Amino acid sequence: MVKDQEFLEKKASYCLGLAKKLGATDSSVVVKNSVSETVNFRNKKLDEANRSDDLGISITTYIGKKKSSISSSNLLNDNLNILIEKCVETTKNTPEDEFNSLPDRELLAKEVKDLDLYDDSHIANDQKIDYLKKLEAVASSDKKIINTESSFTQNKSNFVLANSQGFCDGYKTSSFTASSVTVAKDEKSMERDYEYSSKCFLKDLDDAEKLGNLAANQTIRKLSPKKIGSEKITIIFDKRIAKGILSTFAGAISSSAISRGTSFLKDKVNQKIFSDKINVFDKPDMLKGLGSRNFDSEGVKTETLKLVDQGILRHYLIDTYNGKKLNLKSNGRCGGTSNLYFENGNISFKDLLNSNSKSLYITETIGHGSNIVTGDYSVGATGFLVENGEFKYPINEITIAGNFKDMFQNITLANDLEFKYATNSPTMLIEGMVVAGK
Amino acid sequence: MSNFFEKSDLSRKEAESIISDTLQKCDDGELYLENSKSESILLDDNKIKNSSYNSDLGFGFRAISDEVVAYSHSNEISKNSLKQSSENLKSTLKSVKGTYNHEIPKSNKKYYDNINPIEQKSLNEKIKILNDVNDYLRSKGDKVKQVTANFLGEQKSVEIIRSGGETLSDVRPLIRFNVSVMVEKDGRKETGVYGVGGRQSYDSYLKDENWKSVCDEALRIASVNLESKPAPAGEMKVVLGPGWPAILIHEAVGHGLEGDFNRKKTSAFHNLMGQKVASEGVTIIDDGTIDKRRGSLTIDDEGTPTEKTVLIENGILKNFMQDRLNARLMKTRSTGSGRRENYRHIVLPRMRNTMMLSGNQSQEEMIKAVDKGIFAVSFGGGQVDITSGKFVFNCTEAYEIVNGKLGSPIKGATLIGDGPSILKKVSMVGNDMMMDPGIGTCGKAGQGVPVGVAQPSILIDKMTVGGTKL
Repeated sequence: MVKDQEFLEKKASYCLGLAKKLGATDSSVVVKNSVSETVNFRNKKLDEANRSDDLGISITTYIGKKKSSISSSNLLNDNLNILIEKCVETTKNTPEDEFNSLPDRELLAKEVKDLDLYDDSHIANDQKIDYLKKLEAVASSDKKIINTESSFTQNKSNFVLANSQGFCDGYKTSSFTASSVTVAKDEKSMERDYEYSSKCFLKDLDDAEKLGNLAANQTIRKLSPKKIGSEKITIIFDKRIAKGILSTFAGAISSSAISRGTSFLKDKVNQKIFSDKINVFDKPDMLKGLGSRNFDSEGVKTETLKLVDQGILRHYLIDTYNGKKLNLKSNGRCGGTSNLYFENGNISFKDLLNSNSKSLYITETIGHGSNIVTGDYSVGATGFLVENGEFKYPINEITIAGNFKDMFQNITLANDLEFKYATNSPTMLIEGMVVAGK
Repeated sequence: MSNFFEKSDLSRKEAESIISDTLQKCDDGELYLENSKSESILLDDNKIKNSSYNSDLGFGFRAISDEVVAYSHSNEISKNSLKQSSENLKSTLKSVKGTYNHEIPKSNKKYYDNINPIEQKSLNEKIKILNDVNDYLRSKGDKVKQVTANFLGEQKSVEIIRSGGETLSDVRPLIRFNVSVMVEKDGRKETGVYGVGGRQSYDSYLKDENWKSVCDEALRIASVNLESKPAPAGEMKVVLGPGWPAILIHEAVGHGLEGDFNRKKTSAFHNLMGQKVASEGVTIIDDGTIDKRRGSLTIDDEGTPTEKTVLIENGILKNFMQDRLNARLMKTRSTGSGRRENYRHIVLPRMRNTMMLSGNQSQEEMIKAVDKGIFAVSFGGGQVDITSGKFVFNCTEAYEIVNGKLGSPIKGATLIGDGPSILKKVSMVGNDMMMDPGIGTCGKAGQGVPVGVAQPSILIDKMTVGGTKL
């Protein structure tokens, strides 16, 4: 069982008390416990069962404008005594930074709403095994599928965040995740693909057959891929890739990248960075949302932000430290975004496919090819050639490249948004990118 | 050396008896104990942004029956917690009828010293060096707009207790020193990153102001990129410089030769053992025994001494990298490649220092042999789909080659190729093998482990360069 609030609060207040006694003028502490149980299947048989019980504490101490932090997985008071003493000592020896401080008191979250993030139900390993059996029976039914690996994880977590200004809060969250990875083979090729479902509540999880079916079909259709020539082309990003482009955007408007001057979106607030129809929201209070939260990792209250309004950038993602540096108030985004999404566009998926006589539909990218300093983008890609709205054949061993400054201005979104991850996008079309192949 | 039972209600004897009782009829398994201490000191934007210290303690208990792995980990080294884990393992495996394999090779060789690098230099000394780095780089002219530098130091003590009480242990130091610099000219910004590290004390890298060479290299890369033109798009010849570009070897063939993917037949290499997978003259090894290197290990995380494993010899595929589980199921022996990020994770076969050995040609000859192509010197990272065999790596410093001569620098771009065939397109192997500077981390199944790479300059006859210039 995951540790209760009382245990975590007791540890937190012990640490705050000790830090104060040892000379810290301010301090903050996070105590977390996370218990997960995972069952992995391979080719319709049990492959691995894994239980983890993780405790963790991290403490930041301040002496005036000096700051240092420690973290540990050992919560015995003996150990905490040594570590906090070390932390305060290190703080004394660390140079001052005028922007170091706890959040402004009036910005701290006051009410903690129940966002429906915790499901008390427990799925025993035998039930997980039943689910995976059903999943793999479907996933392996086509003889082109030569290997299936699937997994079911239940996670229960609890945390408390406390600081010396009197903030002390936390709550339980749960997640249930099932995934299926399949390998298909024909005379010419071997390909892999996957499908996945993750929810706060067990009863909301996709059913096993659906997952197995999707994984297998998405893999089989990749068989016998071709390589195409290099050209300028319209790219359509599958939702699972489009969300990555939204994440890169979030990285580029983080206050740390902005204050350090290492973002291509520095000084772009109130400027048009996307095409007219694009709206981006970050909404922390979605019920059962995979990115939902009541406050950020400093305890600052979070409200919904319309980050991009009709193509115009309206906000950075601001934490306390970088906010002070930029002379802006924290908007509760220490630790990043919550439920981040592009609002739906106004054409259907089908019309999007049909909007150009020839385009590339991308289902997977590999490599770390997003540079937020310059905005340059270049990644390896796998997908399909689309002609007149039809998927013609699979494609691989190509790269796609462009620069986000241009790409953002050329985005068209379909109206098929789903909340499958914490960051979500409808299917995305971008004109004028370069594919490198033969 | 850590005494894991010192402050616990669990004695070593009791632990041994729970281990033996749990693993009795299993094919393999062990209790893995780990105590790691790490520090990070970061200078950024002219200030010491962060000084943090982490201490992590825990165990992972593993039982294997045939192909099935049961694993349970916890932070609490106590009688209750170990018993609970033992129950978890037993309930997963239900009826077991294996024979525990007690055999584990022994070696007295050690590839690093038993030191704690964190304590070998005071906080103030480290802060002074970081401030010196900042001042040094910013004195290089107005174009330097941002400097980030950090120290990462770690000491990890591990102990492996097997059924019957056999105990193996290791104390592993590891440090890293990184510098990143951003320059700006006429509104254009570029970054350059460089670092050094390995399994030894900070002093080996930082004495007599030799950190200046790390700064110079980061600044050089950033400055070159300020002048860079859009990279070409399409298939062309590629010359790779020595050292870091061996990320190619790591991604193109390294992952595909890990035992688990080949046992499961999901690697593009699984049916190529004994066959020609590379040009003649190409020899690739994975070596855990190089003194004080980042990827070296005295014993792996199952207690097997590491070794120098020949993967490809003169173009022929010779061996996969194995941990105990995959070796047993493939009826071969462990190559000492069983690794894990920490006690929270199961063991997987992983790379250590993956190296292509020198041939006898010069880099100059290679560049002369290219009419149209690129020369790639520095890389940021890579990734592979081991099933299709397609891999990428991202170059951070490259130049165009026109008619056998180096041209202007080109922007960072992703290069993509096919693992099982790329090494057959290596037409020249240089005489200048070099190790990387010692800062590489490899990710697999959510686990990061420190690794090294090395190679000489090589000429690849055809690869796709992912630029924007058609």
